[in-house]
Amino acid sequence: MSAHVISNTGVMLGRSIRHVTRSMDTIITVTIMPIAFMLLFRYVFGGAIQTGTDNYTNYLMPGILLIAIASGISYTGFRLFNDMQSGIFERFHSMPIARSSVLWGHVLTSVVSNAISVVVIIAVGLVMGFRTSAGILDWLAVAAILAMFTLSLTWVAMIAGLAASSTDGATAFSYPLIFLPFISSAFVPTETMPGPVKAFAENQPVTSIVNALRALFEQQPVGNDIWIALGWCAGILIVAYAFAMRVYHRKVA
Amino acid sequence: MKTPPLAIQVSGLQKSYGKLEVLKGVDFSVASGSIFALLGSNGAGKTTVVRILSTLLKPDGGTATVNGFDAVAKPERVRESISLTGQFAAVDEILTGRENLIMVAKLRLVPNPGTVADDLLARFGLSDAGGRRVATYSGGMRRRLDIAMSLIGDPPVIFLDEPTTGLDPEARLEVWHEIQSLAGKGTTILLTTQYLEEAEKLADRIAILHQGIIIVSGTLAELRQLLPPAKAELVERQPTLEEIFLAIVGNKEGARR
Ligand SMILES: Nc1ncnc2c1ncn2[C@@H]1O[C@H](COP(=O)(O)OP(=O)(O)O)[C@@H](O)[C@H]1O
Ligand SMILES: [Mg+2]
Repeated sequence: MSAHVISNTGVMLGRSIRHVTRSMDTIITVTIMPIAFMLLFRYVFGGAIQTGTDNYTNYLMPGILLIAIASGISYTGFRLFNDMQSGIFERFHSMPIARSSVLWGHVLTSVVSNAISVVVIIAVGLVMGFRTSAGILDWLAVAAILAMFTLSLTWVAMIAGLAASSTDGATAFSYPLIFLPFISSAFVPTETMPGPVKAFAENQPVTSIVNALRALFEQQPVGNDIWIALGWCAGILIVAYAFAMRVYHRKVA
Repeated sequence: MKTPPLAIQVSGLQKSYGKLEVLKGVDFSVASGSIFALLGSNGAGKTTVVRILSTLLKPDGGTATVNGFDAVAKPERVRESISLTGQFAAVDEILTGRENLIMVAKLRLVPNPGTVADDLLARFGLSDAGGRRVATYSGGMRRRLDIAMSLIGDPPVIFLDEPTTGLDPEARLEVWHEIQSLAGKGTTILLTTQYLEEAEKLADRIAILHQGIIIVSGTLAELRQLLPPAKAELVERQPTLEEIFLAIVGNKEGARR
């Protein structure tokens, strides 16, 4: 039975990955916007922003990666929504396969495609002066945090893809998520913000994730940030998964 | 395991969407190896019946048995016994026709997926188009691919929900031809249709679903007997199924046609 699940999920993943690689425009859209932000902040605003570091590209990188993932998952919602609309979702559910493989194919595709954009953006960042002394373990920790962040937002995207009644509905949920890094420690230190904004910025998930990633890249002590970051991701993941399952079981007998 | 004489057995099937009672106690059965047509106008509940039989939807009441397995109690066994070709061609537009077939073959753990795909492409006249993305296919080609995908794994029971709706006359003939050759191989086929002509042409038995129940079912000959023979006509003429349908239904939407 479990071999069945793995084989079925592998087929679903292969199919969905083809959807990604055959629509180059989505890959470009997903990576171009964060790269544009990186250029904008580095070469336009950067000179005026005081962060207390000498390499602003380093400072930017975590927030840019989170923006890329937040926009990348909107395509996960889009792909699932298309499956629901086209009837292929129902075809799969009428077949003698592990039903869970239908959603997990989308989830894994989301993780893989976001990992690709993260690699592309880091490569562009290196050209723009991003430097890190992070070792293997630090990189593993970075990968783990980004994977958890991707997974948790992917399940949010699954809710949208399952429940939406239009393409806009299946993708628009990501806009506020893309905006979240701007009200965080991603681009400017939170100390410069007025009281209520500062309170929001310091207590929303992006700040702890950004701080943890920055500390790992810079080989600074990560302190509690990494646990707060992982806690947020796990919390969002559990809640989103539970909601997604409720919507799923309403849609499928 | 012995093959049950009835491939599909539906009794007292009920289903409502909110306040809308769609099925109010539907009864019919389909013999193994036969073609059964569920005839009804748009919105009659044909798709609802098919979705219950293919374990996509749970009924509110009654029972549905497919290949000897209860659709609610043993959905996995039912899914092993069936293939669904839904009302709208459920194909992957971004993959090629061949990739669609290989995908289904791999999901069903059929050996040699590539060979299976090539055979089906040839059989459905899609060999030349097999390497092209489905997004470039015509409606008829999509429908043929859709049906081909349903044949993989040789399920004993196939559901075809309005297989020819929206097709041009030529494509419709191609699909009819394919359905007839399938039934010749012993597969049980339940098809739904709004076209009386289609039911007449293909089905061994026909059931008319109207206002939530099966108002009549039987062979074409049995249905014809429900109408009194024409009296004062010079040339004797058999009533068409359409006339039978109108005589039985006799409501406004029928009378308009
Ligand atoms: N998911 C649904 N929610 C609410 N109403 C539905 C749903 N599916 C179908 N219906 C309604 O149920 C009736 C029967 O639909 P359907 O089974 O699709 O009919 P048919 O296939 O014969 O055209 C229609 O009035 C349709 O609008
Ligand atoms: Mg229908």
